[in-house]
Amino acid sequence: MSAVVAEHDDHHADDHHDHGPAKGLLRWIITTNHKDIGTLYLLFALAMFFVGGAMAMVIRAELFEPGLQFVDPAFFNSMTTMHALVMVFGAVMPAFVGLANWQIPLMIGAKDMALPRMNNMSFWMLVAGVLLLASTLFMEGGAPNGGWTLYPPLVLQPITVGKALPFAVFSVHLLGISSIMGAINIIATIFNMRAPSMKMMDMPLFVWTWLITAFLLIAVMPVFAGAVTMLLTDKFFHTSFFNAAGGGDPVLYQHIFWFFGHPEVYIMILPTFGVASTIIPIFARKPLFGYASMVWATASIAFFSFIVWAHHMFTVGLPIAGELYFMYATMIIAVPTGVKVFNWTATMWKGAMTFETPMLFSIAFVVLFTMGGFTGLMMSIAPTDFQYHDTYFIVAHFHYTLVPASVFILMAAGYFWLPKWTGHMYNEKIGQLHFWLSAISVNILFFPQHFLGLAGMPRRIPDYAVQFADWNMISSIGGFIFGLSQLLFLYIVIDTIKGGTGEKVTDEVWEDAGKHSLEWTLPSPVPYHTWETPPTIVPTEHVLDHH
Amino acid sequence: MNKIKKLFAGATLMALGQQAAQADYKLNLMQGVTKVSHDIYDLHMLILWICVFIGVAVFGAMFYSIYYHRKSKGHQAAQFHENTTVEIIWTIIPTLILVGMAIPATKTLLELDDVQKSDMTIQITGKQWYWDYKYLNNDIHFESHLDEASEITHRTKGADPRSVPNYLLNVDKPLVIPVKTKIRFVLTSADVIHSWWVPDLGWKKDANPGFINEAWTYVDTAGVYRGQCTELCGRDHGFMPIVVIAMEQADYDAWVKKTSDQQKQKPDLSDQNREQLMAHGKSVYLKNCVGCHQIEGSGVAGLIPALTASPKVTGGIDPLIGFLQAGTSKMPAFSKLKDNELAEVITYIRNDLGNKIGDEIQPNKITPVYEDD
Amino acid sequence: MPVELAMCWKSNDNKKQKHFNGSDFDSYHRYCLSVRGHASGYAMNENNVSKKNTKLAWILLFVAVGMLGFGYALVPLYDVLCEWKWIERDRPDDIKKVPEVAYKVDMNREITIEFMTTLNESTPMEFRAEKKQLKVHPGEYHTVNFYAENKTDKVILARAIASFSPAVTSSYFEKTQCFCFEEQTFQPKEAKTMPMRFVINPELPEQYKTITLSYTFFDNTEKSVKK
Repeated sequence: MSAVVAEHDDHHADDHHDHGPAKGLLRWIITTNHKDIGTLYLLFALAMFFVGGAMAMVIRAELFEPGLQFVDPAFFNSMTTMHALVMVFGAVMPAFVGLANWQIPLMIGAKDMALPRMNNMSFWMLVAGVLLLASTLFMEGGAPNGGWTLYPPLVLQPITVGKALPFAVFSVHLLGISSIMGAINIIATIFNMRAPSMKMMDMPLFVWTWLITAFLLIAVMPVFAGAVTMLLTDKFFHTSFFNAAGGGDPVLYQHIFWFFGHPEVYIMILPTFGVASTIIPIFARKPLFGYASMVWATASIAFFSFIVWAHHMFTVGLPIAGELYFMYATMIIAVPTGVKVFNWTATMWKGAMTFETPMLFSIAFVVLFTMGGFTGLMMSIAPTDFQYHDTYFIVAHFHYTLVPASVFILMAAGYFWLPKWTGHMYNEKIGQLHFWLSAISVNILFFPQHFLGLAGMPRRIPDYAVQFADWNMISSIGGFIFGLSQLLFLYIVIDTIKGGTGEKVTDEVWEDAGKHSLEWTLPSPVPYHTWETPPTIVPTEHVLDHH
Repeated sequence: MNKIKKLFAGATLMALGQQAAQADYKLNLMQGVTKVSHDIYDLHMLILWICVFIGVAVFGAMFYSIYYHRKSKGHQAAQFHENTTVEIIWTIIPTLILVGMAIPATKTLLELDDVQKSDMTIQITGKQWYWDYKYLNNDIHFESHLDEASEITHRTKGADPRSVPNYLLNVDKPLVIPVKTKIRFVLTSADVIHSWWVPDLGWKKDANPGFINEAWTYVDTAGVYRGQCTELCGRDHGFMPIVVIAMEQADYDAWVKKTSDQQKQKPDLSDQNREQLMAHGKSVYLKNCVGCHQIEGSGVAGLIPALTASPKVTGGIDPLIGFLQAGTSKMPAFSKLKDNELAEVITYIRNDLGNKIGDEIQPNKITPVYEDD
Repeated sequence: MPVELAMCWKSNDNKKQKHFNGSDFDSYHRYCLSVRGHASGYAMNENNVSKKNTKLAWILLFVAVGMLGFGYALVPLYDVLCEWKWIERDRPDDIKKVPEVAYKVDMNREITIEFMTTLNESTPMEFRAEKKQLKVHPGEYHTVNFYAENKTDKVILARAIASFSPAVTSSYFEKTQCFCFEEQTFQPKEAKTMPMRFVINPELPEQYKTITLSYTFFDNTEKSVKK
């Protein structure tokens, strides 16, 4: 049924097995193979997802009832701080880097990442950075407890943060260098390693979104590294960047931090868009609606992310001109984001949909991310933000954009590509159970937090007034169910790697997937070395003539 | 699966069952008691309804499609993949809606920004972990701490928060303001960043050390309005509530007179017996010391020294007084404590919190000695 | 072995093609993919690509280092933006001594000046303005005394940081004499009455009727001694 009938070389899979993976554990330490490194990133991210999740469980357990039950307030603050840092820098970002490592070369017909040895180094630097961060948990005075934003003067206060500060700062440096190296690698791969006949506008959307994300990373991670270095010198070398007594200004830190921080939240969501745009068309059996507008929407969201940072600071005492500007600029982001949601809906429209686990997670993503987008729009309105700011309303907002959005899409990606990578099919029944448990419990967990915020509960508090008790208890129950449900995902991943249902998957895995992107034209499981010779993408007419 | 279902059902029922006991089951933003808070509420509702409307339309289309355009229903996939007209329409319509939102938002923002022409000014200083209020047009100045019942309850494992009225939302000395008066607030901080928020007034504003911010309010109806600090400010961030009492002008004037008179009184430095010193000392401790040194005097490992068996506490009294008054780079100076308060708290910390010196000091015997740390 | 492959993103109205393959799905294919293995004849020049990669990596690294520099550049940039009144934040360094010039006093306007005093981290001092409120005419010089007392018998080095509300008024608030120009040293138990002489520049925009001036004393003893 296809327009193309091409010559396929029978030997192409086994020609290059002269240098397969090294044996034993060493393989994983010294590997420069993009698939191995992708696996390492993904497994590490999965482990950190459970570590960060365990911290979230501590938080929800403490908030289950009013009064202090389990932890003291400082440790509670450490938990909220570390939960955020581990989830952002240890789980979500590495998971997307892992997907990029696996998928980008496969999708663009490259035999590996552009800089394979740097690739290995960036992974191990990530591990070092996260371990350094985790080590602060065992230090005198505990882990950092000034919030993941690390606002001065709080984090510089000797009575608040003990010995942890320099370690946290160095950890941020390592994580930053790791991300920057990863980003450089991704850009170089996309620009230089792409099959020569693939034009930029031929690239799958996942590749596009990662390309844009990689530029964001290079632009903002150094700024964050600079900001935390200023914290360090303020604390130990008597500079006064953020100290009013020496002519500095603590609000300056917030400007620099959010100049990094706002693009950072898009770093976690843009690849999500890319994966959703990859999965939805396959299960709708339709091409993606509005490919070009998707690319432009992604690029414009990335551009706007640089010029809206102070909407995180509406209450900090900005002048009216600043408040108005940042309000308008922020509101505009709703337009490209809306375009994306409309495009996904239009992709589903009049398709022939089936609802395997990856599709279920993707649909839940579109719906729940949009809800997070709505609350985001509400908060872009500066005067109403005066009521929402730093309450559970914002907690609900960003968790909607991160958990049932980024995390759900990461799950979807797992279900979607694991069969391709391993050659084994996952257990669809358990997959669907995992989906329904997650989708329901995530709403029990986060939806009531909107009510709590509107009713006046501030965020980052370990104990609360009695009128907030009911919704907190419901939210905690949702949290526990959500947390436990994720063990199913762990089981499925292990089970699939070990053989899954035993059903041998086809090369395409999903019906007609080969029409959408290159990786499905490779054998399943994907051989250790692929695209030793780049594929050729030929205009249809040309092939027709040839035929 | 069944087990999980049962657990879930049980837990939900349990949670919902408490609804009767907890009357306050708020879902939406409060309307508040000022014009600005009403405007913000209206804006909130407007945007909420716009979002609901868009949500219903988009999700409606999506779920229609999910239901009818299924492969299992035998639906054949259409193959369109772009439509410039549609794409332009769904770029322009949201833009217009946004403009429609921006207009009332701008109006409210400008209104909020207009702090001029106020009738009185109150200085709010955030401190770890209480608020300090100074009325700039009279001499009233006081600190507003979490009330003692909440303070003790939240620090005691197993204590029942439900037995405390307005748990964590009550203070010893509330901020009192007159109704129907434009009041300007000037906010700053003496240590880290705090944020002052009373939802009924409709805004929150950060208190930054070394800098001032301003905001204003005009309360229409007398009443008690509660709020909390909303910027993470350390371990006791959750325990520095705000209570504002708006009074009719006459009541307010009476309050001002009473409070000014009280403030002019010299502290009572007469002798107290041991029980009085200990009881008063505990109050002083709960207000000023407990946030760091903890309710049992244990301090915090690695950050804050314990008072139990501390040589500073159990050593000479006069150097201890000097130490409290001068502070260190880690501990704030408590020069604000009056002689009677110093006597009380020193007697308390030397004879409680696991210490048993057995002596006491009277308010008129305060003679500080300053030593190097 | 021939395999059927297609990779498609772009549209093509080519009716012939639709006709040819009989499937709607392919009607929009413009580019289709063919996997030709070694036979395709095109192989990338490995050396060349590796050089290109290294070059691009260096450029991107340079950009990253540049962004680190930009992070630091935000510090002075912030001051510049404050000057431009775009962020309109008063900066302590802005509040400099100015020579006393005679302005034409605008008797028609009356501005209420409020003075606020704060001790950061509970510096062991007493600090207050002798007047909390003052009504002035623009162009008129006034002196207000501030009282500060070291309550300990140790030397204290403290610096008063000024802040204005509304922040934009800071540039119209001109000081000819102030204790905030430099760090103050307080001998043990020393009490000082410190005058601050100022004028409101008559160019102050009409809408400002109340100006609050805040001074926060920061105890810099440790920091200054260590330096």
